[in-house]
Amino acid sequence: MSTSTVKPTKPWAATPRDRAMMATSVGLAALSTFLIVAGTPLKGKLAYFFVFFIAWLAIDSFFVFSKAGIKGVRNGLAEKLTFLGALIVMMAVASILWSVISRGMAGLNFAYFTETMRNASIFDPIGMGGIAHAIVGTLLLIAISIIISVPMGILTALYLTEIKGKASKFIEFLIQAMAGVPSVVAGLFIYAAIILNTPLRPSAFLGGLALTILMVPTVTRTAQEVLNLVPQDLREAGLAMGATQWKTVALVVVPAARSGLITAVILGVARIAGETAPLLFTVGTFDAFNFNPFVGQNSALPVIVWGGLNGGAAESIQRAWSAILVLLIVVLIIFTAARIFSKRAMKK
Amino acid sequence: MSVDAPTKVIPPAREITTKPRVSDQIFRGIVSTFSFSALVILALIALFLFIQGFSALKAQGFNFITSFEWNVFVDESGKEVASFGLQAMLVGTVVISIIALIIAVPLAVLTALYLTFYAPTRIKNILVTVIDLMAAFPSILYGLWGYFVLMPMAIYWAQLVNKWLGWIYIFDVPEPIFSRSPFIAGIVLSVMIIPIVTSVSREVFSQTPLERVQAAYALGATKWGMIRAVVLPFGANGVVGGSMLGLGRAFGETVAVFSVLNIVYRTNFQVLYTQGGNVASHIIQRFGEAGATEMSALIAAGLVLFLLTLIVNFFANAVVTKTVKSGR
Repeated sequence: MSTSTVKPTKPWAATPRDRAMMATSVGLAALSTFLIVAGTPLKGKLAYFFVFFIAWLAIDSFFVFSKAGIKGVRNGLAEKLTFLGALIVMMAVASILWSVISRGMAGLNFAYFTETMRNASIFDPIGMGGIAHAIVGTLLLIAISIIISVPMGILTALYLTEIKGKASKFIEFLIQAMAGVPSVVAGLFIYAAIILNTPLRPSAFLGGLALTILMVPTVTRTAQEVLNLVPQDLREAGLAMGATQWKTVALVVVPAARSGLITAVILGVARIAGETAPLLFTVGTFDAFNFNPFVGQNSALPVIVWGGLNGGAAESIQRAWSAILVLLIVVLIIFTAARIFSKRAMKK
Repeated sequence: MSVDAPTKVIPPAREITTKPRVSDQIFRGIVSTFSFSALVILALIALFLFIQGFSALKAQGFNFITSFEWNVFVDESGKEVASFGLQAMLVGTVVISIIALIIAVPLAVLTALYLTFYAPTRIKNILVTVIDLMAAFPSILYGLWGYFVLMPMAIYWAQLVNKWLGWIYIFDVPEPIFSRSPFIAGIVLSVMIIPIVTSVSREVFSQTPLERVQAAYALGATKWGMIRAVVLPFGANGVVGGSMLGLGRAFGETVAVFSVLNIVYRTNFQVLYTQGGNVASHIIQRFGEAGATEMSALIAAGLVLFLLTLIVNFFANAVVTKTVKSGR
């Protein structure tokens, strides 16, 4: 009796014929791209890219048609077009990152991080003055926003997940509405409500208030999501042990969701760290250190970028690029931290 | 054998009640109070913008929306003459946002489809991270990039469009200046709203009921056939909702638009020409030099913008929530 073992095959894998067709179509597409671009007034790398892609789509579709008919062509076109869409988005991101890094590096030096603009103007040569005061200002703003918006956001999230009161639906709706408030309106509101009505003048504290409006929805929604991830069993176990609801929340639910709640705060910070428009109304500008959050105008990284961009001279624009590079690095660090904490929250 | 009968101790009946303990009452009280902070903040925003903008709204009446003049001056008799109408900037806001949607929605939907149905897991994870990161980019970064990197390219594209489609009114220009146009501002905004449209679309697509997907495959559909017959009809509403969320974002964008757009107070439908504006950037532009009368008008403009985004976001969220729920 002879047994035959079935050898595993992969009928869907590309055969040498497929590979040959692939290579041919790419080659033909490259050739025709070259001819088209040379023969018409199109120019630039992007033109090459798009002409190549279209030529490749056409030639490849021809091969696919001979193999799989019109349905195969449609299927293949859909896959390639979705890929093209994703590729264009990634090209935009790459272009943004590349331009910031390549242009921002030139203005970075040690003094840039340790000095203020007190004895320098934005039109001075690079190397004079720095952004230390803006870093301090941004940290102050972030700290104030955290202090105000974290209790608000997390308590609102607790209401939505633990108490589940009658108003839950309504409050969820309000939080969504609040997430859509334009940043310029947040700044204008603080200006209209406080600066026009009270003796308080622009300061880091008022800037923090404006940023709070933008931060609360992010914190609330993320915190609500992670609190919903805490298993219901844990809550029931806490209550069954005789704990009150307060004890259950404080000693079981919140510790279980700790990493996630930290993620919520970090994402909130990422939301506000780069906001410019509200600060123009509420913080003003200042060229030296100001450690007092309540009195006196202050500075912030986005405002430095804004000032440099509007300065218009080569030096000021260079300063803007360097400041945005620093700001971007800050955002990247915040973002990575959020990822790490949310991964930890998922593992539990 | 006798055992002493145990003395019976009857404990007093335990009181069973559903009334929460004092600690719980305090806890619930504090949490419930704080949960209304969103309501309080939104109400305060509307209230104070209305109070401070009231004098302008009262003086201008309905003209504030429909008129397209924005100036204040002192005439010979020393009286201040003010006429504020937001129409030009409202039109500008809508024009830029629509350009942004026209560019962003197809790209975002294609990206979302690629991420949900085509991308290998590893690439998918990277792309999702990058798109989340894109949403966290500061808006001033988009402004800077738009002005220095995108603009030189976009001017060339605008020239091409003008050359071939210039016979259509909106692509015509009074004089050949293509820099700082609504078209370029629209491209910058489109890059800014792609993350939100993509992530909403992706979420909706991934909620497609699995049995319908499998049914399509079982009937012999190709992947594209399945997407067209099942995913797109199911997700269409979600894409609309996501686009409206993006629209709300685009309406309120300030510094990026201000950086790349030549803000001129004139109603302009010629998208390739170097003038335009939107409400938010108009507020920023006039804020520095505004006197009390104009300040009131600017705050009223802020109120209009606030209500506009509130309405758009309301419909967007309603649509998205409904679609996501229908899949479960």
